[in-house]
Amino acid sequence: MDTTLLIQALVNGLLIGMVYALISVGLTLIFGLMEIVNFAHGEFLMLAMYAAFWGSVLLHLDPMVSLPLTVAGLGLLGLVTYRGIIAQILRAPMLAQIFATFGLGLFLRGLAQYLWSPNFRTVERPWLGQLSGGTVDLGGVFLGVPQIAAAVLAALAFAALSLFISRTRVGLALQAVAEDRATATLMGIDSNRMFALGWVIGGACVGLAGAVLACFYPITPTVGILFGLMSYIVVALGGFGSVPGALVAGLLVGLVQEASPIVFGVPTTYKYAVVFALYLVVVLIRPQGLFGRF
Amino acid sequence: MTTATVRTGTRPVFWVALGLLAVVLLALPLILRSDSRLNIAILVLVYAALAQAWNLLGGFAGQISLGNAAFFGLGAYTSTILFSRWEVTPWLGMLGGALVAAVFAVIIGYPVFRLGGHYFAIATIAMAEIVLTVFNDWEFVGGAVGLLIPFARVDGRPADSWYYLQFNQHKEPYYYIALALVVLVTAVTIGVSRSKVGYYLRAIKNDQQAARALGVHVLRYKLIAIALSAAFSAIVGTFYAQYLLYIDPETTMRLELSVLIALVAILGGVGTVAGPLIGAAVLIPAAELTRSQLGGTGNAVDLILYGGLIILISIFQPNGLMGLVERVRRRGRGRPLTPPSDEEALAREEAPLLGTYEEERG
Repeated sequence: MDTTLLIQALVNGLLIGMVYALISVGLTLIFGLMEIVNFAHGEFLMLAMYAAFWGSVLLHLDPMVSLPLTVAGLGLLGLVTYRGIIAQILRAPMLAQIFATFGLGLFLRGLAQYLWSPNFRTVERPWLGQLSGGTVDLGGVFLGVPQIAAAVLAALAFAALSLFISRTRVGLALQAVAEDRATATLMGIDSNRMFALGWVIGGACVGLAGAVLACFYPITPTVGILFGLMSYIVVALGGFGSVPGALVAGLLVGLVQEASPIVFGVPTTYKYAVVFALYLVVVLIRPQGLFGRF
Repeated sequence: MTTATVRTGTRPVFWVALGLLAVVLLALPLILRSDSRLNIAILVLVYAALAQAWNLLGGFAGQISLGNAAFFGLGAYTSTILFSRWEVTPWLGMLGGALVAAVFAVIIGYPVFRLGGHYFAIATIAMAEIVLTVFNDWEFVGGAVGLLIPFARVDGRPADSWYYLQFNQHKEPYYYIALALVVLVTAVTIGVSRSKVGYYLRAIKNDQQAARALGVHVLRYKLIAIALSAAFSAIVGTFYAQYLLYIDPETTMRLELSVLIALVAILGGVGTVAGPLIGAAVLIPAAELTRSQLGGTGNAVDLILYGGLIILISIFQPNGLMGLVERVRRRGRGRPLTPPSDEEALAREEAPLLGTYEEERG
């Protein structure tokens, strides 16, 4: 086994793992609040990537410059989704909840394909891709600048979110609703506003992830399928509703995905299958996921 | 619901309606008179059978599987490999596929049934994705390219053959075989729903801890449900392979297929015998027609309508079309709406189960 290759794979895994964690954190936050899984989450990411792409084409704004707009836009999408769909089905059977968001995912995917065609798109000459030639050489280990930026931004967002949840009054109110909705309501917390806030945060996180992903990942209407699937695995692996769980599981999934071809010699076509197998093994030992509360 | 109807007074009307339906269904190929319309009818039957098989697990036992396409694909692949390598008749292959899928389902189900709610649903996705990856990469089964099923030939020309379960000249037999499969899986569903197993499954869905406390061997009955569900999905898989004469991992095992199967059952009404059949009869023609009318150029209008329809149904008719039927029927009789039917009560019971997990083996 080549050590440089292994280090390269591990670093790649950590970098993509941070992005997985960032995509997943909104999903797990929403679940913690209202026990709903947003199966359109991958499509939210897809829209964020298109937002960054069209910003670069139409407004000549680099994805890093239009980033605040993308984040705000996706936060708004989260709010609209909550008000328009989720608030209507809070008390519906679990199946109806699953399929409402699944339907939304199909709808958004169809809309993207209708409006922008199924063609692959890439952001031309993103600013991050040109910075120091686009790669950094650390003694034979090559790191893409956009990938590093994605991981760093994800880490910053995670830190900010953790501080917000644990240190501010609104964050504590969020936790209170997640803990016990009825009691929180008795304490004067408006759970509907907290739900809406959860969706805004979830949308914003995915907006951030989409904006940086657009700098190095090709964009199609179906790009959300794989990322969505990985984020469900990350959320379930970390434990539904657990923010630290999303971070640890995201990194773990990234590491396993990138390192398994080198460490275990499995064909690279199997790298996602190994992640799914990891999920099955973990939940069979800990059915509530790594950090699940149940 | 249907079984309840049969027992409470509506007997003559019900049987007459059923008889009329049978006549219409038997005569349908004569009425349709075009291969494309017959194709839609066959697809309706295929999805009706798949949704009914899903219903045994998802509807009665309340275990939401988003991986049933794996069982469907295993059935398709088992019979196709047996036929193309060793010329085993697909009828035997069908049974072989059912066996393979059922054994696989039990092996998977034994550990995975410890999980509840979303953890179980995502575990079934993971299971199906692993199977898909293996088949995509496995040379013996044709890999991602898939397998062509050799034509049954008479004098060198593709021919119709019951032995080879292939009808290259006239497609009508496919329709009648699919109809027979739907009748078979529906009959089994009715049988299960009236048997002790059916009551145990509903008890498990309703309150697993209570069912166990009353002495129901929860794991055993869940395994029975998943084995039946897998076996019938696999049987339909063999039929589908023989109908298309070509299979690949993407068309037989992809996640969207698993979701569509569940969706058909949910649209009709889970946990009812008629629900999956009604769901297929409504959703599949709608999907196929929008695809052929609007989506032909790949502009995805069909996806938009389809997704929008699913959202609207989830919001306004969360208990499926059978919920609608039930409501209309009660209103017609002037009965008050207050006492919820068993299914509605069960559906409401589902909400607290979300995201919890349950230790299965005590």
